[in-house]
Amino acid sequence: MELLRQTYWLLWKDVRLELRRRESLMAMFFFGALLLFLFQFAFEIRPDRVAEMAPGLLWLAFVFTGTLGLTQLFQPERENSCLEALLLTPFDRSALFVSKVLFNLILMILVESAVFPLFAILFNLDYWTLLPSLFAVTFLGTFGFCVLGTLFSAVTLNARARELLLPLVLFPLLIPVILATIRCLEIILRSGAWSEGLPWLRLLIAFDVIFMTAGYLIFEWVVEA
Amino acid sequence: MAQTGKTSKILGALALFFILLGLYWGLIKAPPDAYQGDSQRIMYLHIPSILTAYLSFFIVFVGSCLYLWKRERRDDILAYAAAEIGVLFTALTILEGAIWGKPTWGVWWTWDARLTFTAILLLIFIAYLMLRALIEDENRAAVSGAVLGIIGVLDIPLIHMSVYWWRTLHQPPSILRPDKAPWENIHPAMLEALIVNGIAFLLLYFYLLSQRVRLGEKQEELKNRKLYGRC
Repeated sequence: MELLRQTYWLLWKDVRLELRRRESLMAMFFFGALLLFLFQFAFEIRPDRVAEMAPGLLWLAFVFTGTLGLTQLFQPERENSCLEALLLTPFDRSALFVSKVLFNLILMILVESAVFPLFAILFNLDYWTLLPSLFAVTFLGTFGFCVLGTLFSAVTLNARARELLLPLVLFPLLIPVILATIRCLEIILRSGAWSEGLPWLRLLIAFDVIFMTAGYLIFEWVVEA
Repeated sequence: MAQTGKTSKILGALALFFILLGLYWGLIKAPPDAYQGDSQRIMYLHIPSILTAYLSFFIVFVGSCLYLWKRERRDDILAYAAAEIGVLFTALTILEGAIWGKPTWGVWWTWDARLTFTAILLLIFIAYLMLRALIEDENRAAVSGAVLGIIGVLDIPLIHMSVYWWRTLHQPPSILRPDKAPWENIHPAMLEALIVNGIAFLLLYFYLLSQRVRLGEKQEELKNRKLYGRC
């Protein structure tokens, strides 16, 4: 399929660039780690309360780290009029959307894979057996974050005060993802089972599907503007 | 909206009449609440405020969709006007709620589902206005606004569900409940006052909207004259 091929090549380009300079990935990881330190100073996370506070703190860290990644997301396209050049080629605009979503997703998953264990070590949280479930939920949440984030990263591409505007626009819209993911993680950490968290999971999946579709359809207008 | 502004003036006059009527009905004619006393009367402003805010949101959505589809400036002006007025009414709703909440619940604010949801709505409206203000290119600003308008409204049911599952303390809806007819939940005298005020707010809203849209159209006309020397 043409769309898949184009998405693959655009994604490959971004991954290749990232592998060479590793600027986004490193910055995101260290920022995430730094936030964990700040949380300890701010909230005095006692051992008996770690399990309770972990989902919220982790997700806050991921949201802020992800926002950092989002502001950098279209940077390669902004330099040297790359975006204009891309738009001149007869490729499917939505392929750019999908490739950027996947790229940000990859970056965030990598950072989360590092920050999750770091959190467990720093705060003595024993959740190694639950890690697959925790990761599945985090993946769904991260996907929702990346979808809306990519769309609005493109929307605010040429706005003034971009680094401020993007979170301002994005965070209220992400509230279902944030709430659902944190609640699910809480439930899994508390009871080890999915069943209680099923409504939240459904909400997450619905969010991901609805906005992936909406973003896919709308992106063309955003990038042509 | 009429070019001469005649419709707007008629709406304004009607709105004024109904506002005065509504004030009389709500503050004097309607009986005080059995438990809350006179502080309940703010509901005659509070409920119409939020309903007009919801209407505004809907108009933003419609304007945004139309604009992305047809790219006519009128639709964009309508969406922007509705967003501005929507911010006003949402903020008023929250303010009125706080004024009511202090004597009734003892606090200005609480993180119950409906309040939180309304606050999120306000944040999204404000984000819309900021987005439009901070993007310099006009066409891009209009498209960006339209995208946020559509995505925002699509997100509302999801935000609603997530916030409600997270909390509930606000009293269950009195008017729009699925199991009972509106008139069974609320005393008829109060319902009358509420309807009169509802009509007043609706007229006020459309008056403000028509004025704001006219302003937008005049600005557009001015811009076109400057650029092209004609309308």
